[in-house]
Amino acid sequence: MRNTCLNQVHELARKDPRILFLGSDLGAGTLQAFREELPEQFLMEGISEQALVGMAAGLALEGRVVYLNTIATFLTRRCYEQLALDLCLHKAKVRLIGSGGGLVYAPLGPTHQATEDIAILRPLPGMGILAPADATEMKRLMPTTVDYDGPLYIRLGKGGDPVVTPDEPFVLGAPVVLRSGRNILLITTGTAASLALKTADLLAASGHEPGVLHLPTLKPLDLEALKAHLAPMRAVLTLEEHHRTGGLGSLVAEVLAEESFPVPKRFARLGLPDAFAEGYGSQASLMTACGLHVEAAVATVQRLLV
Amino acid sequence: MLDARSLALRRKVVETMIAGGRGHLPSALSLVEILRVLYDEVLRLDPVRPDWPLRDRCVLSKGHGCLALYALLQDKGFFPEEVLSTFCRPGSLLGGHPERGKVPGVEASTGSLGHGLPIGLGYALAGRLSHADYRTFVILGDGECDEGSTWEAAMIAAKHRLDSLVVIVDYNKQQSYAGTSEVLPLEPFSDKWRAFGFAVAEVDGHDVRALRQTFQTLPLAAGRPSAVICHTVKGKGIDFLEGDLAWHHKSALNSATVDQLFAALKG
Repeated sequence: MRNTCLNQVHELARKDPRILFLGSDLGAGTLQAFREELPEQFLMEGISEQALVGMAAGLALEGRVVYLNTIATFLTRRCYEQLALDLCLHKAKVRLIGSGGGLVYAPLGPTHQATEDIAILRPLPGMGILAPADATEMKRLMPTTVDYDGPLYIRLGKGGDPVVTPDEPFVLGAPVVLRSGRNILLITTGTAASLALKTADLLAASGHEPGVLHLPTLKPLDLEALKAHLAPMRAVLTLEEHHRTGGLGSLVAEVLAEESFPVPKRFARLGLPDAFAEGYGSQASLMTACGLHVEAAVATVQRLLV
Repeated sequence: MLDARSLALRRKVVETMIAGGRGHLPSALSLVEILRVLYDEVLRLDPVRPDWPLRDRCVLSKGHGCLALYALLQDKGFFPEEVLSTFCRPGSLLGGHPERGKVPGVEASTGSLGHGLPIGLGYALAGRLSHADYRTFVILGDGECDEGSTWEAAMIAAKHRLDSLVVIVDYNKQQSYAGTSEVLPLEPFSDKWRAFGFAVAEVDGHDVRALRQTFQTLPLAAGRPSAVICHTVKGKGIDFLEGDLAWHHKSALNSATVDQLFAALKG
């Protein structure tokens, strides 16, 4: 997914001289072909995220479209005020590419795990938030980011994620149906989509007809479309590789709390607990240790149906 | 001695502050000659076209000094005089910190410190990439140089050999709580900028002629960003403000104090 994203920046930059790639001390050889082909559109700077966000804002206000990439935690936690003021207040066309959304960097520990990125970005005025589920969706999504009027955050998964999205044109803000269903709706974002689909398979095996709805855009979001998907459902579970607080689950809870649906609903959020993840291991093992696994998802839905 | 223009600009600053009932007056007064020389003689600008692509960019990174910037922008014709009297009022263009897109001539929304140099660095780099010959001036406070992001940006500017970028430091030697030498010493200050790759000049920041001469020599060295350290006095021009820390955040002025402020600025 990361390679697809960065290669897309290269391709888009070929067609659009406004586009700049800005990296913060990325791995050796990153986008080497881009650097050789378009040296005037490629910048690799130091470990100085605060200044780089401001610099990206300055470049964007002069008409450039800047794709700024580094590890997601450094792009969000570290320079939050720069995101708010330099990017959002100035409506700067900067696209933040956050590597390692969620628990991707499990073995590297809590300093590298972007587990509240969505929660802290959601309230920033004008900040778009994208979390595609797989590399093919990333490829469809990237061209839509060029002209978005304001800053955007693109949350990257680990890479090699199973392809689960339909081959349909990407529409910024639109929910994507991964599986149609009745009564039960699993709502997901990012690479948790495959967890949602596995959960749906198990529920289907026991006679249910769960739907799976994927929100690749968390902001700006077509709320009316989301409400239409929610309306007929009786049990709704959100699944996300992110803290339960402030992310997708909170977003859906806000909609459920404010809207009076004719069909009453039970609702639960599956996500990371209010704690730094303990232990290391693989992304999958750490997710399991944090209670983010298919058995927990199935059990939660069954509880909602009682 | 301040000349008639310096006194007139200061009266404008004080009038604006009184209209709003608040404002960082001493921080603005230390900036008046720096801004005056820039806007009168140095910057390439067209007040009728504040977004003219070839204009020089001037970022007031110490946004709390905006009373002085507003006085100069109004004086140059970026907006009508009556706007000054709306300072900090509901619906005004002019807030206690300047906002780009609201105030014509304001190049960046500042107020939180340490943001102006990174943004100005982006402007300068964009100019380089598009082969435009405008220059970018970023005015920093001395207290602001406590911020790490300022020095991050300084290193990047030096790496790119951006001699179209000029840092101007309003070195009035005081920050909110106490003197800079007490809160966080900056010295050896010029050496720091030199070590970060800048060509450096020091000048009396209230001496119009000296400022003019220094700015005329920009860039101070080819292939390096410039830093002009301006030695200034916080509250300059109003004797009972100079050196009085209590005035940094002063508001709610009584009429006797208002009279004293104007009396001090009589030509």
